[in-house]
Amino acid sequence: MAAAEFDIKYVAHLARISLSPDEEKKLAAQLGNILGYIEKLRELDVTHVEPTAHAVPMVNVTRPDVVTPSLSHEDALRNAPRQGGGLFIVPKIVE
Amino acid sequence: MLNQLTISELTARLGRREISAREVTQSCLDQIDRVDGRIHAFLSHNNADALAQADAVDQRIAAGTAAGQPLLGVPLAIKDVLAVKNQPLNCGSKILGNFISPYDATVIQKLRAAGAIIFGRLNMDEFAMGSSTENSAFVTTRNPWDTARIPGGSSGGSAAAVAADECIASLGSDTGGSIRQPAALCGCVGFKPTYGRISRYGLVAFASSLDQIGPFTKDVRDAATLLGVMSGPDRRDSTSVDEPVPDYPAALTGDIKGLKIGLPREYLVGGLDSEVKASVDAAVKKLESLGAELVEISLPHTGYAVATYYIIATAEASANLARFDGIRYGARVDGSDPIKLYGATRGAGFGPEVKRRIILGTYVLSSGYYDAYYLRAQKVRTLIRQDFLKAFDQVDAVVTPTTPTAAFKVGEKSDDPLQMYLSDIFTISCNLAGICGLSLPCGFTSHPKLPIGLQLLGKPFGESTILRIAHAYEQSTAWHRQKPAL
Repeated sequence: MAAAEFDIKYVAHLARISLSPDEEKKLAAQLGNILGYIEKLRELDVTHVEPTAHAVPMVNVTRPDVVTPSLSHEDALRNAPRQGGGLFIVPKIVE
Repeated sequence: MLNQLTISELTARLGRREISAREVTQSCLDQIDRVDGRIHAFLSHNNADALAQADAVDQRIAAGTAAGQPLLGVPLAIKDVLAVKNQPLNCGSKILGNFISPYDATVIQKLRAAGAIIFGRLNMDEFAMGSSTENSAFVTTRNPWDTARIPGGSSGGSAAAVAADECIASLGSDTGGSIRQPAALCGCVGFKPTYGRISRYGLVAFASSLDQIGPFTKDVRDAATLLGVMSGPDRRDSTSVDEPVPDYPAALTGDIKGLKIGLPREYLVGGLDSEVKASVDAAVKKLESLGAELVEISLPHTGYAVATYYIIATAEASANLARFDGIRYGARVDGSDPIKLYGATRGAGFGPEVKRRIILGTYVLSSGYYDAYYLRAQKVRTLIRQDFLKAFDQVDAVVTPTTPTAAFKVGEKSDDPLQMYLSDIFTISCNLAGICGLSLPCGFTSHPKLPIGLQLLGKPFGESTILRIAHAYEQSTAWHRQKPAL
């Protein structure tokens, strides 16, 4: 993947990160370089190899469906940047 | 000096009532006052809270109600990525603002139950992304052996604090070498347990299929003690494994006769510093003289580990760090709609390396590129894991250098992310394979005098074996007793 093909504005938007024009330029060049290095994985034939998501294969780990103690309402809101009436306050989402 | 004690020395002397927990804790706080203005290992520490915990320990000892606690009165400092109730938690980042943890991580609960004194927040690369602490939003920690140099990372504060005797031991986290690499560069023992060995409840997630919590200590016995206290399943972490927890200190028999230790030929080429190589070669000879049998092995996919890691770790990070959006906690930069708020908050709150990795991770997961990058990396991960599992059919442990060079200078690699990534070349495979690994001191470079680390890698849940080998080596050398001049 050459740096030119890497649409930094689009990917940064997907990642929900606002970048300055200087940051865009610098990151695009650095990421182009890193993606160039990552290309070496294409040297390997992985046709018949299963992917590994976790090194310790465990599936469907569940606990008994019973209520246990958890954070209080007050503790959960304690670090909120804006709160009121026991709720998180956010900008208007729908008109 | 009480702050220089190991856990085993400290608990023995406390048990004989030769010293008090308050004296030990005060000794650590005094050392912080004396040296941390030069080292910058700590982001914050609450002296009154630490001393209150120490006094509570002394009262329990006086009342005779403290028997059987393996960490009684031991001051432990904590990487700024683990939740300690009512203490700040910033992950070396600005984006968490004035966050105060509302609960204790499971490991913190276990350490408290074992009698430990939990104090201080240790510096780190932002969100554990880095190899030098230069990515901390607050300060760059300095290597106690040469303050012009980095301590390693991401758990650089944890390694430097132990090396500078500012605490008795510390905790860090390791996603691609973030415990072993700084332990090597600062000259202490660092242990990355098997994936699933220790609960991660209360550890801020970076890459969920790779992260593990582990200890930094002054000797191997202390690492065994802490590992024993922290290990075991936890219903609040569904990736913790219900595997029996052995008596790790009991594994330190000093006898390694007949154990087979693998030397991977792929680790002794290209970019390896000659003094590091000489020290590791001498350590390998020492292991042989102690009765271990050396076996040359091959881990043929080693050369693909860094590329695989930087796809998988960044992909997982891009998902995990989505939670830092300015809504529920941390600093918020307002916007006219939620999308603008997220972008502004994250643009202002994250530093350059975190932005770089989130954007890379977002890209490798994005439509049209998922198969080419993420899925391919997961398949190469299988090959890397199989390399190790095949090797462990032949050998009990694998020995390598921990890092290709000793500590580099502050600023030396900070403008070239790829070169920084390549400094993790020997530690990354362990996390991808999900096995356990440790680093311990095995020598020094000559000019300047800087620590060199030996890495031992073990089978999944083979912690006892690599502890035994490391302890036998440590008993026959004096590297771990050397202290930096501060």
